[in-house]
Amino acid sequence: MALKIGRLAWEEIRRHGEETYPHECCGVLLGEIDGEGTKAVQTAVRCSNQRSDSPHNRYGIDPRELVRIQREARERGHDIVGFYHSHPDHPARWSQTDLAEAHWTGCSYVITSVTNGSAIETNSFNLGGNPAEDENKYFEDEEIRVE
Amino acid sequence: MKVSIPTPLRQYTGKQASVEVFARTVGEMLSDLTTQFPDLRKHLFSDDGKLRRFVNVYVNDEDIRYLENGNTPLKESDTVSIVPSVAGGS
Repeated sequence: MALKIGRLAWEEIRRHGEETYPHECCGVLLGEIDGEGTKAVQTAVRCSNQRSDSPHNRYGIDPRELVRIQREARERGHDIVGFYHSHPDHPARWSQTDLAEAHWTGCSYVITSVTNGSAIETNSFNLGGNPAEDENKYFEDEEIRVE
Repeated sequence: MKVSIPTPLRQYTGKQASVEVFARTVGEMLSDLTTQFPDLRKHLFSDDGKLRRFVNVYVNDEDIRYLENGNTPLKESDTVSIVPSVAGGS
């Protein structure tokens, strides 16, 4: 399991986290998944964080925005292969909230830690399990290959 | 009309990213979809038969929860999208 990502998309997700600091940023990763589950990200699409009640430690993507992104990606022959968000002043590890709210199995959840406005570490986690057994899902570490 | 299937549910639709269904309402669409692909049922519905809380169904750009849910009428030209929710935080 690995996430291949172009240099521009990689820089974009880290820059996004710096720009929204001290709030969490979020977005969608578009690309392709091969038969082995390796994902290749071509584009990172910025989304606005819907969680205006607690933007420093929560994020949410408007489903209407997701619908539009999914439609436009398919018109270009791409798919949603994952999502990204930032953890301001927090490690780049998934939280219990991240796991509880994750439902796109087989997709990547990329997290960037941002400290004092600077992106520090970026890690990717593949969501495993069965979408129908929400309580049995899990995150597994995933290698990021910046290409 | 076409129903757009999200990446995680594609494994239950023979890897098809969109599925053609014949339906006059959202309820009929979901019924046709899960008849064609029975394995989808438990991924879309909880044990009590309700749409799972994190499963969003959109007709064009509108959430069916703000339309008429299962009774929402459909036209042949409509595009239906299924999108699980995306959220979290530190």
